[in-house]
Amino acid sequence: MSRRPYVREVSKTRWYFRHPRYLRYMSREITCIFIGAFALLLLCALGRLADGQAAYESFLAALQGPWGTFGLLVVLIFAVHNATSWFNVAPKAMPVQIGEDFLPGKFIVIAHYAVWIVVSLAVLFFAGAL
Amino acid sequence: MAKSNKPIVWSLFAAGGTLAAFLAPALVLLFLLAALGHAPTLLQYSQLHAFAAHWFGKLFLLGVIALFLWHAAHRLRVTLHDFGLRQDAAVAVIVYVIAAAGTVMSVLFLSRI
Amino acid sequence: MNARIVELDVLRYDPEADSEPHFQRYVVPCAEEWVVLDALNAIKESIDPTLNYRWSCHMAVCGSCGMMINGEPKLSCHAFLRDYDGVIRVEPLANFPIERDLITVADDFIDKLKRVKPYLIPARDKPIPEGEYKQTPAQLMKYRQFSMCINCMLCYAACPEYSLQPLFLGPAAIALAHRYNLDSRDGGRDERQEVIASNTGVWECSFVGACSEVCPKAVDPAAALQQVKVASTIDWFKERLLPGSGK
Repeated sequence: MSRRPYVREVSKTRWYFRHPRYLRYMSREITCIFIGAFALLLLCALGRLADGQAAYESFLAALQGPWGTFGLLVVLIFAVHNATSWFNVAPKAMPVQIGEDFLPGKFIVIAHYAVWIVVSLAVLFFAGAL
Repeated sequence: MAKSNKPIVWSLFAAGGTLAAFLAPALVLLFLLAALGHAPTLLQYSQLHAFAAHWFGKLFLLGVIALFLWHAAHRLRVTLHDFGLRQDAAVAVIVYVIAAAGTVMSVLFLSRI
Repeated sequence: MNARIVELDVLRYDPEADSEPHFQRYVVPCAEEWVVLDALNAIKESIDPTLNYRWSCHMAVCGSCGMMINGEPKLSCHAFLRDYDGVIRVEPLANFPIERDLITVADDFIDKLKRVKPYLIPARDKPIPEGEYKQTPAQLMKYRQFSMCINCMLCYAACPEYSLQPLFLGPAAIALAHRYNLDSRDGGRDERQEVIASNTGVWECSFVGACSEVCPKAVDPAAALQQVKVASTIDWFKERLLPGSGK
């Protein structure tokens, strides 16, 4: 009896279309593009800030309008998606054993969401947006 | 099989991701408000300048920009690999150089405030 | 008692006759409560004795009957016909070479399993007269979840990183290494870290989480791998920042 194992090729560029769970994974991963873009925006803002009032204010003015608004809205959506997907899996990396049992993951998740709300409100308040 | 040095970039990815998860939405919202013409007080020139002049503001801005960049860099490296771009070594160099450059530029800008 | 006529599209492959696999349609009278494995057994018994597939316990504890059912990695003894509509597509487990019909070449997984040393490596020789290893219930619970793995390889079939990088150690092997690392009776963590903390070890994982979604025993290998990443990262910093931590 001769053996001739058959290897099934998997597309390296389209594998994630094969199941919704892979698409969900990719949607989570591409949030990094928008977090990175926002970091570069902050860097720009910092640079303009260092250049003086006129430079910084023209930067702020450039943000206004459809492109800036729409762009930041998209960034916001992906930033929230990053946050929720991050918090939802947080318990997996940090099991908390109390006696024989483990703290149910949902408490860790709820704690993360609670801190998120408090921190966000604090930032908005401190920034004078509230 | 040698132990990997991935922990160094992974810890930056994890720290940046955690910081981004908690802070990014609120920070983005501040800039979105500015884009809508209702820039919050902190984003006015005098306020933001005063914030960045203070040691806490410097630490905060450097921490946020640097960690967001390192998080995005490492995750983008992995994501490009997932999208089929297999030249991992080249991609890694490019993304980490950009993150490093951004970190250095933050320090330079902050030193001028 | 025949309650339902089920149609199955089964991927066939005869290495001696076929240049590539092809689907074969079977029409099988089935009982209401049957699983896909029962349908395959009915085919082999009465319709086509040349059909090849692995199975043993028929109760989701042996891990033999893993296959793709409508594109999802499942144990065929654990896939109830009543949960499926229309023609059911049955293929060998993904990401493994096909040996024949629904039988895959599992060698890669077995090799990787051996490399992580999935057995207790005591820290020192304990002679029998010294008595047994004692373990509290709390110490047992620490690793128990990860000990439930039945080596069924569904997680390897689900893992996209394994499909993209065949050198990746994979979910089950690393989760089992973690199980032994967490065992209070074990002293072999350093040896296992050499294997699992490598670039093709845990660091190939990008936390897709598909492995945990398909695991029939709720092992949650994704959690094990994230915990290994955290532990390996702490190791990495300790080795470089704390004097005397070098091994």
